[in-house]
This record gives sequence, structure tokens and C-alpha cells, in this order.
Amino acid sequence: MGLFDRLKNRLTRTRSALSDGIAGLFSGGRAMDDTLLAELEELLYTSDLGLLATEIVEDLSRRHRRGEVRGEDDVRASLRATLLDRLPAKEECGEITLDASPTVILVVGVNGSGKTTSIAKLAHRFHTQGRQVLVGACDTFRAAAADQLEIWADRSDVQIVRKDEGADPAAVAFEALETADVLGYDIVLLDTAGRLHTQKNLMDELKKIHRVLGKKKEGAPHEVWLVIDGTNGQNAIQQAKLFTAAVEVTGVIVAKLDGTAKGGAVFAITHELGLPVRYIGTGESLELLEPFDPEAFVDAVLATD
Amino acid sequence: MFESLTQRFSSAFASLQGKKELTDDNIEEGLREVRAALLEADVHFQLAREFVENVRQRVVGQAVVPGVAPTEQFVHAVHAALVELMGPEDSALEVAKSPPTVILMAGLQGAGKTTTTAKLARFLRDKHGRRPLLVAADIKRPAAVEQLTVLGRKLDVPVFHEEGLTAPEVCARGVAQAKARGCDVVLLDTAGRLHIDDELMEELAEIAGRTNPHNQVLVVDAMTGQDAIRSAQVFHDRLNLTGVILTKMDGDARGGAAVSLKAVTGCPILFLGTGEKIEDLDAFHAERMAGRILGMGDVVGLVEEAQEKISETEAQAAYEKMVLGSFTLEDMLAQIRMFRRLGPMKKVLGMLPGMGGLMDQVDVDDRKMNRLEALFTSMTPRERLHPEVLDMSRRRRIARGSGQESSAVNELLKSFKAMKQVMKQMNKMGLGAKLGAKAKKNTLKGLSKDGELAADSGGLLGGLFGGGGPKLPGFGGGAAGGAGSAGPGGLGGLGGLGDMLGGGPRPMGSSATRKSGSKRKQKQKRKKGRKGGGKR
Ligand SMILES: Nc1nc2c(ncn2[C@@H]2O[C@H](COP(=O)(O)OP(=O)(O)O)[C@@H](O)[C@H]2O)c(=O)[nH]1
Ligand SMILES: Nc1nc2c(ncn2[C@@H]2O[C@H](COP(=O)(O)OP(=O)(O)O)[C@@H](O)[C@H]2O)c(=O)[nH]1
Ligand SMILES: [Mg+2]
Ligand SMILES: [Mg+2]
Repeated sequence: MGLFDRLKNRLTRTRSALSDGIAGLFSGGRAMDDTLLAELEELLYTSDLGLLATEIVEDLSRRHRRGEVRGEDDVRASLRATLLDRLPAKEECGEITLDASPTVILVVGVNGSGKTTSIAKLAHRFHTQGRQVLVGACDTFRAAAADQLEIWADRSDVQIVRKDEGADPAAVAFEALETADVLGYDIVLLDTAGRLHTQKNLMDELKKIHRVLGKKKEGAPHEVWLVIDGTNGQNAIQQAKLFTAAVEVTGVIVAKLDGTAKGGAVFAITHELGLPVRYIGTGESLELLEPFDPEAFVDAVLATD
Repeated sequence: MFESLTQRFSSAFASLQGKKELTDDNIEEGLREVRAALLEADVHFQLAREFVENVRQRVVGQAVVPGVAPTEQFVHAVHAALVELMGPEDSALEVAKSPPTVILMAGLQGAGKTTTTAKLARFLRDKHGRRPLLVAADIKRPAAVEQLTVLGRKLDVPVFHEEGLTAPEVCARGVAQAKARGCDVVLLDTAGRLHIDDELMEELAEIAGRTNPHNQVLVVDAMTGQDAIRSAQVFHDRLNLTGVILTKMDGDARGGAAVSLKAVTGCPILFLGTGEKIEDLDAFHAERMAGRILGMGDVVGLVEEAQEKISETEAQAAYEKMVLGSFTLEDMLAQIRMFRRLGPMKKVLGMLPGMGGLMDQVDVDDRKMNRLEALFTSMTPRERLHPEVLDMSRRRRIARGSGQESSAVNELLKSFKAMKQVMKQMNKMGLGAKLGAKAKKNTLKGLSKDGELAADSGGLLGGLFGGGGPKLPGFGGGAAGGAGSAGPGGLGGLGGLGDMLGGGPRPMGSSATRKSGSKRKQKQKRKKGRKGGGKR
């Protein structure tokens, strides 16, 4: 039997073991020993917590030896507290008041992470809150990117500024801001092309957009939101670091959390970079955007299905 | 986070030094590092554990091969096991006996299906003389049809779509259309879907049922985390996957999802998406992928480029210089120039282990290289040939001449000395004799039997940039690398390159798993990619 077949067999077993979750770990009155802790660590890994999983379990193990953590309930409570501690406080996360007029929000991220869809959802949300919203199609690179945004804009009845494919994205940003200024819009949402954080020329292009906005209007962009694909693993941390280094990201949106992926890389992102999470995306339609709630997020991460 | 495995190993393997045998005890720490590296690369935790156990069973009890450091022997075993796991390399698509050949593209939202569909169409047309038809069956995402239409127009490949039909209907008609139009390949671009969305998964099964695709390809984002295993499993259950394509490999994602994909589907990884342009589709190489997942970087890629750009005589001359020990500043300049011909520094560095993410933090722009060169050109030929004459006043003059501080000259001389030292040691160890054809081959396989290429390229850059700015991670370990890791590193790397380039069989072709001809293709592709490089 090849290595693969063996791995495959093991996998099937694991999945069923996993589905029982933390409760399963302790079932049958199992004692909390090293084996159990090792299994717990693995359970945590499935949520993309990365090396944080190891850190957490090592801490649990220490506290177990000191007699502070005894059984399932202690473990749950302790995990929850540790994870919550890694996230910003509730009042620092979630939705914020956008009071500059107009407030310019630049939305950035790697390819396919969910930027355009998140913009559509945000536009819809702000529009429903009674605010005048303008979207700018600064993705002039990907085929039909502006068309995609325009269809969304039409659906939620907001205005769009767009140019032809290949146009200077900074020029689109400039025009959108100018239009918003003149016509008195409240919020400008700027969609940008996806780019990998390692692509220096494309990161420079982003800096240019940022610079052009700042020159046009003091304080703009007021927010720079990074859209992270919730199914991404440890690479998301690197994305957050390099996007922040380039354009001073002010908040994170985690998209695609409606699947089975847990988006555990978020803990490292908020903890290491001090970035708040503003919203999470939970589907492909307009209303599937929720303000981020740390407790609900931690509970989802710890829930096993 | 982005430490290379080789670097981690240099400390983890202290316990291996001087041992006669690999035992459970002395490899324990190394195995832990392997596991951590795999987890950081997003390899599924269960697979990581299985893998580590498998390696343990393989190596425990192995006698240490004379003349090979135990560390190297261990790294070799780890790498080989991972290569085995991800191979065999097989990018052949199934061809229908009676055309058209149907290729179904499936995957999660935003994975890169539409882009990859266009890339495959181009590949099949240009490399295999096929006449493809693209079918736009994503009726969910706004402007998805338009996106494929634009790509088809750019490629001059027909795109089929009909309004008002369901996705399975569009696909079925698309296949019929292909027959009518005399197209011999149909590519079905479907909407992204979550594996837990029963309705959409059912739709996918229906598409497959109505079109009987000869190839069912799962497109997966290389940045995917632990969940890759689940989604792949469900797609595999609902379809009959025949292959996988991993996209967005042009970033710094280590791509551990590839291990999960192989484990779950057993299908070959057909291609890698390496950019947004239609031509950015590369062959999959298990060795490179293994090196990348372990954090060893695309060393093979770097060597390939070097082979194209540096002439053999030049490299041989450089190598002999070093072995003969008559290394001067003149030679150092020549080597720097040789190195620079590989391309812009960012690009060259990006191919080195673990460097991707550091690009922005490390100031390695070409201006810096220009300043470095300016120091050399401000010297007289005599000074370059006899560095010992460089007293303080000469150093000041050189600094002034190049518009820099004297300290820059001092840094340069320091690097030069360190390099010379490394070379002396390499000489003493009889490196020339030691690096036989086998070592060359292994090195090129991406493993670097002795870790020397990885070690030394790191050393080279360390030597060049060690003076200013943050240190680049070095790559200790390995025979020559052992020397390199002692000092601040040096141009030993080009020694390694030089050796490989100088005569002997071209090692790439000797790799057992690679099909003949694929190397050439790969190279041509690389070249093309580079021409358009820089801007996208
Ligand atoms: N399931 C799910 N899909 C999403 C979500 N957000 C975006 N998507 C999908 O992900 C794909 C890429 O989204 P898009 O907004 O075009 O990404 P962009 O390239 O970053 O602009 C599309 O198919 C979207 O419908 C989400 O929260 N959940
Ligand atoms: N950097 C990079 N971007 C890619 C690659 N493949 C696709 N993309 C980008 O990823 C995003 C989503 O691709 P798309 O084909 O629309 O994905 P789909 O939703 O699965 O059809 C787009 O911005 C593409 O340009 C790749 O190999 N490298
Ligand atoms: Mg977009
Ligand atoms: Mg698509």
C-alpha cells in the first residue's frame, strides 16, 4: 500500500473524529492528558489558527499541570478567553460612523478575495442606511471588472464612476472623488484590481492611488479596507502585513465565511498588526454582510461541525 | 514566519552533528521543525503528522553516509518523501476518441476558473494545435459571461453562451455547438460554488452528467488553508476529478494545499497558474513544489535562469578563480555583473527561498546595486587586482569618486574578505572534486544534496547586502554552506553556480520524473513571461 493510500485511509477516520469536536475529545470520561491535548491542538489547526494553535495548547498544558484547567468546560472557557483576547475589543471592531463628507474608502486585496462583491454589499448597506453612495471602478485591469461592479451598482441603485479597460486606476479614483465632492455624495467606495502583496509594481500603483486621493482631499482615503478570503490559510497574514506596509490598511473585511473554513488567520492579523475587523461576508448576495462581532466569531471558530 | 527550513535546521540539527546514525532522539527536533514548516505552508495537519511519521520510519536506523553531513541526509529524506507524495508529474489531458474533448472547470468562488479556462484554451491551441471553444456557463456572478467573452476575444477563440438557459443547458448546447463548428476541445467555465452548497453541487453533477467531460479539473487557489481538504473531497465525490490546477502561485503562498489535493483526489496536479496574464500557465514540478512547501524556495528556477543567461565559459572561469584562490575585487565585480544579468534584483531574489514576502522590507533595489558597482568603477584596475593597496586615503578617494561615504568602501572590503575566506575553506575541503555530477544533479533537483546552492545563493546575497539594511536570511547547512554560514557569507553561491554551469552533463534533463522536452517548453515559457515582466 502506497503512502497515499495510507494517508487517505487515515483521513477518512480523522474527518469523522473531527466532526465530533471538542466534546468528542472528552467523551467517555477521558482524562486530560498529553494525547488529548495533542488532539486538541490538531482540532484547532483545522480552523487555520496556524502556530497559534500550538501556543494555545502549550499554555493549556501548563495551566493543566498547575491544576487550573481540569476538564471540558475549563478547556472551552479557557480557549474562548484566549482567542477573544487575541481580537480587538468589541467596541473597536464592527461598523463605525463615517462622518467625513465625503468619506472615501479604498478597498484592496489579493486576486479573487471578494473585493468587488464586498463593495457591492457595502454600497447596498450604506444606501439602505439612507446615505448617498458613489462607487469607483478602479479595477481597470481584469476583464469585465467594471461591468461586474456596474451591475451591482445598478442592483442597489447607487452611482458609479468608470473608465475603459486599461485606464489609469488613480485617474478613476480622482474622478470619483471629484464627482462626489461636486455632487455632495456621503460615501465613496473605491474598488481596486486584485494584486498579490509581493508584486512591487502593483503595490506601487496602489500607493499612487492613495497619494492622488490625499492630494485631492486632505485626509482621503479615510479608510483603507483589506478584503481577506476567509478560506485562505497562513498566507493571509503575509497579505495583511504587506498591504498594511504599502497603504496603511485601517480595517479588514473577511469574505467567504459561509463555507466550512473558519478564517483563523484573522487572529494573527488582528493581534500582530492591531487591525480591527469591520465586516464579514457570508454569501454572494447583497445583504450577506455582517458587522464583525468578536464573540460570535470565536464561537464559530470553536464550533465543530 | 518565513525562515527557510534549511535555516531552521541549522539550529535544530545541532544534535545530529558528529553522529554515526540517525536515531529517534537525534532527529526529534528536526522532525518538529519539518512539521512546523508544513503547517506554516498550510499542509493539512493530519497529513503533516502522517508525513512526519513516515519520514521517521524511513530514516531511523539509517547509518550516516560517509562524507555526507547527517543534516543533509535528513533533509534529503524529507524532500524525497514529499516529492514522492506529490508526484508523478503528469500534465497530459485526456483526449476524446471522437471529438470534441470536453474539459469541465470547477472550483470555489474566485479560485481563478475563468482565467485558467482561457489559459488552457491558449495552451491547447498554441502547443497542441487544437481548436478550442469556450463555454460561459457561470450565470451567477455578475459579468462572468462578459469576462470570458473578453478573454476569448483577446485570444481570438470563440465563446459560446446563450441567455435564458440553465447552466447545464448552456454546457450541453456548448458541446453540440463545438461539434457543429468543428472545434475539437470544449472548455466549460462554471460558476464558483461552495462544497456545502448542495443545490449548486447538484447542478455541477448535472453538468457532468449531460456533457460527459473527459477531463474534470478542480481549480484551487494556492493560498487556501486547511479547508482545502474538505472542499476537494466533496468536489471529488460529486464529480470524477481527473486533475487539479493550483493558481496564484506567483505570490509567496507556500502552497501546502497541494499536498491535501493530492492526498484526497489522487489526481495529478496538471498545471500551476503563475500570473494574471493568459500565458501565465506553468508545468507542475514535484521537486520545486516540495522545495517551496518546505520553505526552500524555487532554487531550480533560479538555476534555470542562470543557465540561460550566464555563458558556460564565463562561469567556469569564475569558478576556477575561486578554486585557485586568486580571487580579487576584479573577479568580485565580474561576478556581481554576471549575477545582475539574471534580471532585476527583486525578481532574482524572489526566486530564492523564503524571499518572496521580504521584498518590501529589504532594500535590494537596483539602485543599491548601482551604487555598489560605482564603488568598483571608482577604483583603478590595479586596486581591483591588488586590494591590499587600499589604504585610508585611497578609500576616501573611491568614496568621493562614487559619491558615497568611506564606510561604504569599508563594508565592501569586509564582504570581499569574508568571501575570500569562504573560498579558502571551500578550497581546503576540496570542493571541486567533491561536487561531482551527482551533486550537481541533486542540487538542481531543488534539494541541493548538500544544500549548497540554497546555502550559497543566500550567502552571496548576504555578502552583497549584509552591510546595509536588514540581514537577508542566510541559508546555513551543507558542506560548502557550512563554511558560508560561519562568516557573513559571500560569493560562494556563484561558485556553486559556476560549478554547475561549467561542463558536465546538463543536470535538468537527467531528472527521472520529468518528461523529455518539458524542460525546453518550460524554459520558453519562462522567457516569454519575462519579456512582459515588470508591468502586468
Ligand atoms: N460564498 C461566498 N462567495 C463570495 C463572498 N464574497 C465574494 N464571493 C464570491 O467570490 C468570487 C470573487 O469575488 P469578487 O468580489 O469578484 O472578488 P475580487 O476579485 O476580489 O473583486 C465571486 O464569485 C463572488 O461571488 C462571500 O462572502 N461568500
Ligand atoms: N496573480 C494571479 N492571479 C490570478 C491567477 N489566476 C487567476 N487570477 C486572478 O484571480 C482573480 C479571480 O480569477 P477568476 O478567473 O475570475 O476566478 P473565478 O471566480 O474562479 O472564475 C482575478 O483577479 C484573476 O485575474 C494567477 O495564477 N495568479
Ligand atoms: Mg474585483
Ligand atoms: Mg469565473
